[in-house]
Amino acid sequence: MKRCRLYKSLFIGLLLSCFINTHLLADTLNDTINSLAKGGFKERAKVIGLMSRLNDDRILNSLEALSAGKLYFRKNNKQVIILKKEDNKYYAKDPVTKSNLGVVQKKQFKKIRVNNRLRRQIKLTLSSLKLRASSPKDRILAATNILKTIDKSALKAIQSQLLIEKNKSVRKAMIAARASVILFNNSSNAKQIQSINILMKYGGREARSVLTRFLSSANPRVKKITENAIKTIDVSLQRWTFIQNVWYGLSLGSVLLLAAIGLAITFGVMGVINMAHGEMVMIGAYTTFVVQDLIKANFSHLFEYSLAFSIPLAFIVSGLVGIAIERGVIRYLYGRPLETLLATWGISLVLQQTVRSLFGPTNQEVSSPEFMSGAFQVGQMTITYNRLYIIFFAVFILLILLILIKKSSFGLQMRAVTQNRLMARSMGIRSDWVDALTFGLGSGIAGIAGVALSQIENVSPNLGQAYIIDSFMVVVFGGVGNLWGTLVGAMTLGVANKFLEPFAGAVLAKIMVLIFIILFIQKRPRGMFALKGRAIE
Amino acid sequence: MRKKFRTIVGAGLIAASTIMASTIQNVASAADTIKVGILHSLSGTMAISETTLKDTMLMLVEEQNKKGGLLGKKLEAVVVDPASNWPLFAEKSRELISSKKVDVVFGCWTSVSRKSVLPVFKELNSILFYPVQYEGEESERNVFYTGAAPNQQAIPAVDYLMDEGVKRWVLAGTDYVYPRTTNKILETYLKSKGVAPSDIMINYTPFGHSDWQTIVTNVKKFGSAGKKTAVVSTINGDANVPFYKELGNQGIKADDIPVIAFSVGEEELAGIDTKPLVGHLAAWNYFMSVEDPANEAFIKKWKAFTKNPKRVSNDPMEAHVIGFNMWLKAATIAGTTKPDAVIDSIIGVSVPNLTGGYSTMMPNHHITKPVLIGEVQEDGQFEIVSSTPGLVPGDAWSDHLPDSKMLISDWRSPMSCGNFNTSTGKCGGKGK
Amino acid sequence: MISDKFYKYLGISGSSFLCIMGGAILIIVASNTLLNSDHPLHVSSYVVTLLGKYLCYAILAISIDLVWGYCGVLSLGHGAFFALGGYAMGMHLMREIGPRGVYGNPVLPDFMVFLNWKELPWYWYGFDMFWFAILMAVVAPALLAYIFGWLAFRSRVTGVYLSIMTQALTFALLLAFYRNDMGFGGNNGLTDFKDVLGFNIQENRTRLVLFVISGLVLMITFMFSKILVDSKYGKALIAIRDSESRVRFLGYRVEHYKLFIWTLSAGLAGIAGALYVPQVGIINPSEFSPANSIEAVLWVAVGGRGTLIGPVLGAILVNGSKTILTSAFPEVWLFTLGAIFIFVTIFLPKGIMGLFNRSNRKSNASGISKIAGLRKIFIFDGKKDG
Repeated sequence: MKRCRLYKSLFIGLLLSCFINTHLLADTLNDTINSLAKGGFKERAKVIGLMSRLNDDRILNSLEALSAGKLYFRKNNKQVIILKKEDNKYYAKDPVTKSNLGVVQKKQFKKIRVNNRLRRQIKLTLSSLKLRASSPKDRILAATNILKTIDKSALKAIQSQLLIEKNKSVRKAMIAARASVILFNNSSNAKQIQSINILMKYGGREARSVLTRFLSSANPRVKKITENAIKTIDVSLQRWTFIQNVWYGLSLGSVLLLAAIGLAITFGVMGVINMAHGEMVMIGAYTTFVVQDLIKANFSHLFEYSLAFSIPLAFIVSGLVGIAIERGVIRYLYGRPLETLLATWGISLVLQQTVRSLFGPTNQEVSSPEFMSGAFQVGQMTITYNRLYIIFFAVFILLILLILIKKSSFGLQMRAVTQNRLMARSMGIRSDWVDALTFGLGSGIAGIAGVALSQIENVSPNLGQAYIIDSFMVVVFGGVGNLWGTLVGAMTLGVANKFLEPFAGAVLAKIMVLIFIILFIQKRPRGMFALKGRAIE
Repeated sequence: MRKKFRTIVGAGLIAASTIMASTIQNVASAADTIKVGILHSLSGTMAISETTLKDTMLMLVEEQNKKGGLLGKKLEAVVVDPASNWPLFAEKSRELISSKKVDVVFGCWTSVSRKSVLPVFKELNSILFYPVQYEGEESERNVFYTGAAPNQQAIPAVDYLMDEGVKRWVLAGTDYVYPRTTNKILETYLKSKGVAPSDIMINYTPFGHSDWQTIVTNVKKFGSAGKKTAVVSTINGDANVPFYKELGNQGIKADDIPVIAFSVGEEELAGIDTKPLVGHLAAWNYFMSVEDPANEAFIKKWKAFTKNPKRVSNDPMEAHVIGFNMWLKAATIAGTTKPDAVIDSIIGVSVPNLTGGYSTMMPNHHITKPVLIGEVQEDGQFEIVSSTPGLVPGDAWSDHLPDSKMLISDWRSPMSCGNFNTSTGKCGGKGK
Repeated sequence: MISDKFYKYLGISGSSFLCIMGGAILIIVASNTLLNSDHPLHVSSYVVTLLGKYLCYAILAISIDLVWGYCGVLSLGHGAFFALGGYAMGMHLMREIGPRGVYGNPVLPDFMVFLNWKELPWYWYGFDMFWFAILMAVVAPALLAYIFGWLAFRSRVTGVYLSIMTQALTFALLLAFYRNDMGFGGNNGLTDFKDVLGFNIQENRTRLVLFVISGLVLMITFMFSKILVDSKYGKALIAIRDSESRVRFLGYRVEHYKLFIWTLSAGLAGIAGALYVPQVGIINPSEFSPANSIEAVLWVAVGGRGTLIGPVLGAILVNGSKTILTSAFPEVWLFTLGAIFIFVTIFLPKGIMGLFNRSNRKSNASGISKIAGLRKIFIFDGKKDG
């Protein structure tokens, strides 16, 4: 069997080399690109190798399209083109001249498949070409790529580019990339040591990776130096790990904060043990899904702003559901907080099943707008945009809420009713309406949290269940009835969790945090920021 | 007024409880149909995956009835909801068999639900078709495993990555039995292939884990040791969406560190924006993108049945299709749907699968399947990049675990044993 | 003679309830064994097992009612004690399998074998003895409750805070038992039991006996609880429920009272769990899930808290309807269940037992309504109650 395959591949290889040779003679880029349409992955890899040796900038376009899965060939004549989809129509483009070939039928074309190995090869080929790219970001990316893969063939390209490169950070990356190649180029000891020093100064995971790879082939003297260099890099990485843990902790804390903040109102301020809180979050997430779906179908150019529409809508939808719940059920249960637990539990079951019947039980796709995808690098730490925005967003919501409660007349009425209902009523406050609106506010905020969570979580009927317990922990830990407590509580729990996780594992970390909360509450039975005075006894 | 209301409520409650007492008893009507039990969670955490399988079964039963049913009788699907609650699974299976009198049950997703109903099926001697890939280490007379055993999914997947030059391995899973066992098997297998223990990182996370920042960073760190690294993911359904989102955002591309998953199929991807994930892998025995007339016909029917042109199909669905057809064929051969007769006649039965071949029921109650490796595409589908040349028979007892490598299973007489120990020549593991 | 005493201690409702229970159990046993299976009045083994399960739930419900209905401590984590008792029993049943596991290892359970465990963890020692397992089924949950209660009641964690903490407790245990490294079988839990005390667990007779034992334990629990809550001690409990600080000011050590009933209740829940496992055939961490505990509280609420008959009725009714609804309306049963919970809390604040108010003991009922009235005043005073 195996032998048979061997022969087969040999045969194909032979055929291919004949065929490639003829084309080389013809030396037209077009023909080479068209030959991508034939054969399997292995043959394609050879063609790409061939293309890279042409040293022609025009291959950039077609290779990028190939890697992105946009390169197709016509079924009848094997002509290779780039297909682009816009408004449900397919536009063809010539891969070499980039000229438009007009609207075409997709049926006549077949995709040229790539796998990871090909993608890697293309990336490598592109990186030496991209060293000359116009944007410095692309140039850095290309240089780090060479550094990572220690691509010896790129040495010339780097050196010639270094002569003209002015941008400082690009230069730094290129010098490091050059060092990595020199290190592996059987250079003299002195040169190797010089390269090691460059890489050490450059630092980071990539440089460390290059050095560890070098370790096995180094001679004893250089080996020692390499080991020291790795240690130096490790020390700085360690420092970054600490900062990173803090950041991750804050990020987790902000998610907890978002999930808990609505509960801090319905449970913390009003005293309703709102088990349906999670479902309000879920409704917010589904609102986002519906909004995105509508936008995608009708106004696809507005997609980037879908979240801007979703946030107010989620607030309104969840808020209205909340008001309905308050008017329909909870108002009969004031003064019986433990009963509200039971009724809201029933409500949560009903809401879950409603969503399941309406949207089906499977996950719904909520995509992130461009500005929330991806990450940027701060030193040795990756900060993802979505997490960053969520932190800002959570704090922003909290502040708005604080202002609303402390400064607005509605906030004043709300505080009055929760502190002394009878007195508030005799002052002419419609306590019924304040109750309904307060509950609506808490639910609406939960809905907004759902919009944010839809960016990092499953949007499924179970979404709410995943957060309900954590939310209660945060509110109780921070101190019921105190929004600042919720903030500090969420952040503390988040950071604690993230510092425990690396050595205890995710599961144990969570258990330890829970035990910590249980013990903490024994020490301070009213949470971290307990309301003082007689009002709460 | 209030009092009157209460009396009404009270009377209602008493009436309800009498009705209840009589319905629990639910004596099966003697209607002339063959009953097919469907035991998939329609609510709770597993509804997300299992509801699809219920729909698949309903479609298959409906279709068979259009063809004239089985043995001259119509089929009747009996659906219950075990609500992702494991003891309820046991209760519901007992109800299906002893009070609804079903002849066969198609159901379960998680291992624990299967373990929970197993004693019931043994006691009442009925048949269960289990459609999901699982950890193996089981072969029971009353259960037919139409999903993949580890050697039909995990091992070929790792082989593929080794061919791709991967030298360093992250085995990441949710902390339950399937990932634990699979990772144990893979660990032994990798070590036997010369992978150093320091090149294997094992990580477990709780169910529904949603904050993947730390773990993804650790994977990145582990991957920067200068060797080609891959992640073998046995992360359970729900936790995958945030995991992949984090991967995408932290910029781990498939050409740096590919992730190969065993529990991520078309349905799971339907909830994710797959653009940043292009190139990550999955190993299954079926992909929706398989180009085969049988598959295309099936997808067409499925979309029509669910009235949803975007509905996807996945591997466990195919397993149910195969299982259902095998059961039909075995019952036809036996001329009856009595469990004992079907259990005897089903071994060796071969039916077409949806990937253009035939799957056969092996004597160990597992089936033969092709193993496909696919790469995630932008549209949420998989591009098949590798497939085993032939069919792989499912291995109930892994060859890579010390205590199970000497066990074999053969339910044909005279052996009729699920755990025959070849070293002692006795049935029943080591003992007796 | 004896019946007189019974009557004296249990009152009319209690003794008639016990009679009905005992009678029902006898009838079911007789119908299951004596009648032919084709007979319309025959009770199948399926139903017997199902009822056995409900009876275990009823014991759990009584144990929750003791702390919630009589002492005002709402536990959202009683499922944890129930599950711990279940695990103790499950471990014994696991050990009883002996060499009959699939790998035939005489000592190690199957899940340890295929995860390459070499030795039995120390905490599995002793569970091969039935008496030890039963002891642990009571001691383990009681001990946990004692520690938790000692901490919580001493520092006066009350009301909602306490409820949320019990939820944290059961959630932490849930996560811990999910961990395979704990050595309790992880998510799969303990299953595939063979026999209990040498009797085949799958045989109808064993099931019937287990059912009868559950029934007897429930009746004993009921009697015992009834005597307890009617005693002087029980009166103090009710007083604590109604006004904790007043009782404290009168010189009672409130935390001692609470701690005792709390620990006792956890032990009871453990017994319920131990009876539950052989009948259901599986114990798994999902029993620890907070949702389960909340549901158990709902049985009590539906039946009527502050009564002892209520929880039993609630447990049987809610679970019975769940059994029926999941088969009859598999797609929409959650609507019905959710609606029942909402309906009961709004319209039947005292549960089903509230409907039979007059037959209930007067002092008890009026006590509750008085409290409800008091609470209203508290609210208008601007005081939140917990």
